[in-house]
Amino acid sequence: MTQPSTLQTTVQDVISALKDKPGALLPILHGIQDALGYVPSDSVPSIAQALNLSRAEVHGVISFYHYFRSTPTGQHLVQVCRAESCQAMGSETLEQHIKTSLGIDYHETSADGKFTLEPVYCLGNCACSPAITIDNDVYGRVTSAEFTNLIDELEKSL
Amino acid sequence: MSFIVYVPSDSGAVSLGANRIAAQLATEASQRNIDLTIIRNGSRGMYWLEPMVEVATPTGRVAYGPVKTNDVSSLFEANFLEAGDHSLALGVTEDIPYLKKQQRLTFARVGITNPISLEDYLAHEGYQGLKNAMTMTQADIVAAVTDSGLRGRGGAAFPTGIKWNTVLNTPAEQKYIICNADEGDSGTFSDRMIMENDPFVLIEGMTIAGLAVGATQGYIYLRVEYPHAHRALNTAIQLANEHHYLGDDILGSGQRFQLEVRLGAGAYVCGEETSLMESLEGKRGLVRFKPPLPAISGLFGKPTVVNNVISLASVPIILAKGGEFYRDYGMGRSRGTLPLQLAGNLKHTGLVEVAFGLSLRELLYDFGGGSATGKPIKAVQVGGPLGAFLPEAQFDTPLDYEAFAALWAVLGHGGVVAFDDTTNMATMAKYSMEFCAIESCGKCTPCRIGSTRGHELIDAIMQGQELDKNIPLLRSLCDTLLNGSLCALGGMTPYPVLSALNHFPEDFGVKS
Repeated sequence: MTQPSTLQTTVQDVISALKDKPGALLPILHGIQDALGYVPSDSVPSIAQALNLSRAEVHGVISFYHYFRSTPTGQHLVQVCRAESCQAMGSETLEQHIKTSLGIDYHETSADGKFTLEPVYCLGNCACSPAITIDNDVYGRVTSAEFTNLIDELEKSL
Repeated sequence: MSFIVYVPSDSGAVSLGANRIAAQLATEASQRNIDLTIIRNGSRGMYWLEPMVEVATPTGRVAYGPVKTNDVSSLFEANFLEAGDHSLALGVTEDIPYLKKQQRLTFARVGITNPISLEDYLAHEGYQGLKNAMTMTQADIVAAVTDSGLRGRGGAAFPTGIKWNTVLNTPAEQKYIICNADEGDSGTFSDRMIMENDPFVLIEGMTIAGLAVGATQGYIYLRVEYPHAHRALNTAIQLANEHHYLGDDILGSGQRFQLEVRLGAGAYVCGEETSLMESLEGKRGLVRFKPPLPAISGLFGKPTVVNNVISLASVPIILAKGGEFYRDYGMGRSRGTLPLQLAGNLKHTGLVEVAFGLSLRELLYDFGGGSATGKPIKAVQVGGPLGAFLPEAQFDTPLDYEAFAALWAVLGHGGVVAFDDTTNMATMAKYSMEFCAIESCGKCTPCRIGSTRGHELIDAIMQGQELDKNIPLLRSLCDTLLNGSLCALGGMTPYPVLSALNHFPEDFGVKS
């Protein structure tokens, strides 16, 4: 876990590097989330001050966008596409299997901190439905059995 | 003897194991002492054959697919490097009927070249359009685009040349070109394919747009769900800058155009152009009132061209070959080609670029090969989550903006999602309302509240509660959304909902 002091340093570094861009708020939030995995609520006052915004405005932006998160994910982030093309290829069955095998619902992290599950609305992999991502990797035509294999592989490395 | 094989780097191919295949090919080749060069090309867009490996032979490229890692040894044993026969052999790639029947203009290079090689781009007629544009006046560039008949490929189908002309004729010290790459519509992936598999064509199109209207700064607003495209675009932009195709002195002309990729953050509504500009300005993606038009007062209050990826990527060929060349394809007021995306329950999913005018049935059966499950196709949703569901009786409709509008449907961004007869259309309608509720920006009441009420109402209808009262109430609610919403999110959610209800009333418990 990053110590609070280094966490603040990281936030400050990102802000200093990006604050002079036009429309800098989203690039800054991306920069912080890329570095830390989430946007800590402690960073809101620093961002607000640097961009001459109110804290409410910064919080409003963070909470508006599904992608930005105020808490860290588990060790692995699983995203399941819920959109129409994947539904047409049986994503609901896969979705149920994933929820059952991880023991969590959407927007939850497993008690052991290993997995966070999120829905996603289209990965642009509609020709290979159903699609999911695990961390930075996208998988197409995923069956329940394949998902179990992928998770077993990850469990071994944890 | 040395050999060249192609393994796509497209994220769809990678999602089916293309990286593992490339690694396996390299390992086996070195074990067999074969001098093998692996080029990571783009995908040809025949996703049921991915990962598809191609081999360069004296008679052209030959293809093998779909290749699994445990097929690699047998490919070598079958001497695939010299076009040997194998159960996965597909013959000469360009002769595969799915590809041969297409008219690829915007996608001319996709799958053929290495996406992030400027050299390859130039060797395949890249930057011809920009070179021509640099010899033309601004008004002539805009006129070429207007003459081509190109209409916005993002969905609204507004004539691109007219939009450009407005920006050209609005004086300002700063103007912007925005590429809307927030391809949030499910069932669509043509933008992703262009950005991953031929990023230079988009960069060239935006540069031409910048010269045409006098804009010196461009932004590509890219959805965060497309990390592969992000990498490809950034690599291509860097190369274009290094070789003076972008920057302060484009090809020694003294003209400027800077380009930057900005990432979205998972908000579907940011695909709406005014919401997108709010987001680029660093705000919540709330939809703006129109007027003023973005062409007059857009990003940071300046005149702004906002075009979809495919619109901009179609500009280079129009400038290279002339507006008439492009306009000669198509039908009626739908000119040129449309890159269609076959998705969902189809045997042959993928990218099909053809001139407007093909029928939906030809697309679904001649290209798509019918449903993947072998069951009858019950309905198709065309144009993303806000597009209408079309029943079998409407499959003879030609792919044309006006023909679709006449059916109270939309062609949109050309995404086609097929559903087989196990699908309950009331469930799909309920999902449309749920999606609208999740993604609503919240600015206007019909969308913000109507979507949630609609979701509850369809739930009640599906449980058979008071159909005599609830069905008319659902229609009335849709009327409010349709006429009272600020943008297309609330304004078009009634398309899938009402088309499902009208064509498949039995799924809602209504006796037809």
